[in-house]
Amino acid sequence: MSRGRHSKLILIYVGGTVILLMAFFAIFAPWVAPQDPNVMSLANQLEPPTLAHPFGLDQNGSDVLSKIVYGARVSLYVAFSVVFISLIVGLTIGSLAGFIGGWVDQIVMRLIDMLYAFPGFLLAIALVAVMGPSISNLIFAMSITGWTGYARLIRGEFLHLKERDYVVAAEALGATPLRQIVFHIWPNLVGPLVVQASFGMAGTIIGESALSFLGLGAPPTTPTWGALLNSGRKVLTEAPHISIFPGLAIVALVLAFNLFGDGLRDYLDPKKD
Amino acid sequence: MTYLIKRIIATIPVVFGVITLTFMLIHFVPGDPVDIMLGDTAAAIDKDALRRELGLDKPLLTQYKDYLFGVLQLDFGRSLHSKMPVIDEILERLPATAELTIAAMVWALFLGIPFGVLAAIKQYSAIDNSVLVFGLLGMSLPRFWLGPMLILVFSIHLDLLPVSERGGLEHLILPSVSLGMALGAILMRMTRASVLEVIKDDYVRTARAKGLPPYIVYFKHALRNALMPIITIIGLQFGTLLTGAVITETIFDWPGIGTLFLNSIQQRNYPLVQGCVLFISLTYVVVNFFTDLAYALVNPKVRLS
Repeated sequence: MSRGRHSKLILIYVGGTVILLMAFFAIFAPWVAPQDPNVMSLANQLEPPTLAHPFGLDQNGSDVLSKIVYGARVSLYVAFSVVFISLIVGLTIGSLAGFIGGWVDQIVMRLIDMLYAFPGFLLAIALVAVMGPSISNLIFAMSITGWTGYARLIRGEFLHLKERDYVVAAEALGATPLRQIVFHIWPNLVGPLVVQASFGMAGTIIGESALSFLGLGAPPTTPTWGALLNSGRKVLTEAPHISIFPGLAIVALVLAFNLFGDGLRDYLDPKKD
Repeated sequence: MTYLIKRIIATIPVVFGVITLTFMLIHFVPGDPVDIMLGDTAAAIDKDALRRELGLDKPLLTQYKDYLFGVLQLDFGRSLHSKMPVIDEILERLPATAELTIAAMVWALFLGIPFGVLAAIKQYSAIDNSVLVFGLLGMSLPRFWLGPMLILVFSIHLDLLPVSERGGLEHLILPSVSLGMALGAILMRMTRASVLEVIKDDYVRTARAKGLPPYIVYFKHALRNALMPIITIIGLQFGTLLTGAVITETIFDWPGIGTLFLNSIQQRNYPLVQGCVLFISLTYVVVNFFTDLAYALVNPKVRLS
């Protein structure tokens, strides 16, 4: 294996390990977190990091580390849901447009162009603002424009994949269109889709935290990284630890998804070597 | 000229789409938007008056028609609280947002393009590795964290720069760096990749063989061709800057369209919410339109195809 390919594998492993670690914290939060994130100790408000509370306490005297561990749940749950919904919708619409072509393709592409013209994050803010802040509204608002990127990618891949000899041969042997799509074209899309989904996870984690930061995310009783950062901003001088640690958690997870996506993209594309 | 006309025709449905989506926003409100705007305790007479003012008592199609024609005449409705035309409130805030986004763009360009070119010329060197690390880090730093961290270091600890609010040039530094950092990182990666592709082309080798100084070869010959994907990214990312400004303005107390938008959300001032969304989106569409034109200007193949 060449040196270039080996270094790509390292990126994939490093990114993958951080992602798995965060997913583990999120799933087993009640066992991993040092204490209940909503337990308050008003006598110890804004306490800086100590051995008992390595990331310190917030305005309510709640443990910041526990809030970060529980916050990983919301971030990963929202990001996974948005990416999953966008992927399914994008896969269906992109496959139809690319396979059928003609007017179906024209209509789909115009719709995508239109949604692309909308800054997605702005639309998400506006939608959550009018529909009311909740996790399900957040997922809906972020998925509305999220699918277009996948649909574009899939449609583009379909245009050249459907002309490949093995697809034409399958058709000549009597394979139904569904069979051609599912068994002969889709398997080729796994690599690019995983790469795109990885970048999608990174973007959605930032988006979710940004909306929570603006007070447009989960209800106040659910700990989120964005909400924690927003509360930390108000006491930046007295208690910088409330802002520093949740931010580092976001950077670590986003960077991990970006590393994983970058590494995998280059690994799957030997020309880059 | 034909290309220009084609682009204008292609932009028209997008503009209608943006207006339609913005119009529909108020209809996503669960229940009666008037109840939510005025509260349950408001008198029925006040609710009816607001419903009439917003045209919500009319059939949906008539509402849409009125909204569409209003927008085409730059009438975005009236703000519920100040009773001022929405467009006036937005235009009043526009200079602050324009100043911030342009400054962020300038940072991003000055950071992204020269370092991207340098990294490509010196591939696998220390500069190249730093650019790769910075590129990945810059993309992963959320603005709502970078902003407070910059304040913590440069305003609170070092006492070098003001914390917030609009003022002289020193007030612009932290907000614009915080807003432009991600774009700078993306541009850096993009420029590096793009220059790496063209640097191996024959015309670059010829230019070097002719004995031209390296800075002319790289910055004039190679960069000109590498610019095309970079221009697209700049256009596409402009929308991200505009929406990112919503967050940056909140953090730095910047009196722009972003803070106006968030205040209108908190006050449930839906006409103003719609106006801000429409204004930012239309700006985005217009910027993308000019990006396409710039792209065609740099690349004759696009004009002629």
